[in-house]
Amino acid sequence: MRTHALPAASNNESKSGGSIVWQALRSSLVFIVLCGIIYPLVSTGAAQLLFPDQADGSLVKDGNGQIVGSALIGQPFKDPEYFQGRVSSIDYNAAGSGSNNYAPSNPALLDRTKASISQWKTENPDVPVEQLPIALITNSGSGLDPHITPQSAAVQIPRISKLTGLDEAELKLLVEANTEGRSLGLFGEIRVNVLKLNLQLAERLESKSAASNMKG
Amino acid sequence: MLLRLQGLHPFNPNGMDGMEPTLTFNTVISFITNTNLQHYSGESALSYFSQMAVIMMMMFTSAATGFSVAIAFIRGLTSRGEAIGHFFEDFVKAHTRILLPASFVITLVLVALQVPQTLDPTLTVKTLEGASQQIAIGPVASLESIKHLGTNGGGFFGVNSAHPFENPNPLTNVIEILCMWALPAALPYTFGRFAKSKKQGWVIFSAMMVLFLICLTTVYTAEKAGNPVFDGLGIDASQGSMEGKEVRFGIAGSALFTAVTTAATTGSVNNMHDTLTPIGGLVPMAEMMLNVIFGGKGVGLINMLMYAILAVFLCGLMVGRTPEFLGRKIEPREVKLIAVAILAHPFVILAPTALALMTGAGQAGITNPGFHGISQVLYEFASSAANNGSGFEGLSDNTTFWNVSTGLVMLLGRYVSIIAMLAVAGSLLGKKPVPDTLGTFRTDNALFTGLLIGTVLLIGALTFMPAVALGPIAEYLTIR
Repeated sequence: MRTHALPAASNNESKSGGSIVWQALRSSLVFIVLCGIIYPLVSTGAAQLLFPDQADGSLVKDGNGQIVGSALIGQPFKDPEYFQGRVSSIDYNAAGSGSNNYAPSNPALLDRTKASISQWKTENPDVPVEQLPIALITNSGSGLDPHITPQSAAVQIPRISKLTGLDEAELKLLVEANTEGRSLGLFGEIRVNVLKLNLQLAERLESKSAASNMKG
Repeated sequence: MLLRLQGLHPFNPNGMDGMEPTLTFNTVISFITNTNLQHYSGESALSYFSQMAVIMMMMFTSAATGFSVAIAFIRGLTSRGEAIGHFFEDFVKAHTRILLPASFVITLVLVALQVPQTLDPTLTVKTLEGASQQIAIGPVASLESIKHLGTNGGGFFGVNSAHPFENPNPLTNVIEILCMWALPAALPYTFGRFAKSKKQGWVIFSAMMVLFLICLTTVYTAEKAGNPVFDGLGIDASQGSMEGKEVRFGIAGSALFTAVTTAATTGSVNNMHDTLTPIGGLVPMAEMMLNVIFGGKGVGLINMLMYAILAVFLCGLMVGRTPEFLGRKIEPREVKLIAVAILAHPFVILAPTALALMTGAGQAGITNPGFHGISQVLYEFASSAANNGSGFEGLSDNTTFWNVSTGLVMLLGRYVSIIAMLAVAGSLLGKKPVPDTLGTFRTDNALFTGLLIGTVLLIGALTFMPAVALGPIAEYLTIR
């Protein structure tokens, strides 16, 4: 790359070709060390020192201190007792990332969406399909979207309430507690973190079953 | 070399093997030319050492090269008989005074906002439901900052800035947009300072801004309107076309990122461009075909100045005034060189597109049926030629055909126009400045801004209209 741009510099230079090549090689080595090794390693050191939690991937722990995932990476929730995230064609496998990349005109996109709708209908017979938001049954770009829209959470409440016996009002409060607003009140969208929400839901269910065991 | 011998690297906790030859060819050209087209996925093909010593290093140097060339070009146009500068001096100063310190600060800001920065290997966690989940991680933040500052665009992960680790929240989204925007947008002003006429800089800037706002509005409107295919399904589609987009960014954050990344030739994406609605997808394609709206390190400014000289020439001819730009006569030699540069860009996009559509090896990469398949191919070559590096990512492009063809297009796309334009600068430099007279055509007012936009649109539209009509426009008409 440098040799290509050199004619520009060498117009007014009286250097021989050899010394310019040597100069280019030498500066390549310097920049590999400076930009490719020193910069990332110093950044890593500083980041680990100043913000260790964020630098390690914002991991989330449950009540027993066990790591259950990252707040930033979505998880597959198969159990209908949990809030479910968006459709992911890679099933939230975070060793990779991606989606189908279906074009809007691709018939496969329509088929996949129809399949999601009919699955929704069987799992949520009490919620009319007109309320099902499109974000919940489309793939995100990464296939790892950790969030759903507040409406996507709200339409799942009747199902979860029925299956778990928890009050709809209580579930609503849980959703609100895990809703993140716009950054600086301006940027981005209002959203619900599915993993954090389900973690609290699981704790709620555990304490409930513990309480009923005590009674029994 | 470093990529091929990957198996032997230090900092390779995930045990990545060496890279296949044609993919290596493609990757190296891609990063050297500031394109950052990626036919691999970082998390599954590169060791941390490659990510740092190869990818990050080339992100710095290719950005600094673009800067240095732009500054040399500006000096050629504006200085009075002096040299166009010393490449190594500009090159080193771009690193030590701008890119390295700024990247370091932005890296730390990104980490504070939850972008990971670690040398630990891929994590394995037990999920809430008891399943096992693997989570790829690494020194993401330090790559993320230079990726945008240098308008490089190559992601740590395959899905780039759509990945929650690369771009975890709306705030990082805004920071990344500003980073890729700031330096290219500052160059017209730099140009104005060098030319000792700030007004001239603002004329160039406003022309870019007007074109940019048209693009942004179009992509936002198209995505918000949604995909008409879903109309009959009875669901609540009021949010717009959310396929391939992240909830945290929504339509607005995604549309803005798309318009900026293809304007600034960064090529990072926070939503999948392949899934954009036809008109929404047309916008990034058009921005890369014009390749003048802000542009990556220096390239956009150089191209815009090329169109400015052309506009002066055309208008000068029409109204019978001497074509002059910044006090220098525009003569046949410059116009010929500019014609080479202007024709080279569509040629390296359209010729390989035709070749790919005719050959089996090219067709094999297409994954979406119908007119969108043409768009996929067209987008890939437009992105390569404009050194953008984003893709209609559905395209299965890690094959010998695609690696070699896009590799060559990236080289031609970058260097043919740079060499031609440096020759123009050199030739203008040797000329005697002519004093401004009443007969001089003014190039620092609103009228010229309008003429400049007109020239860009006219030449761009005429060249690419037929190809665009076959791809996105035909797709739009079929699903309307």
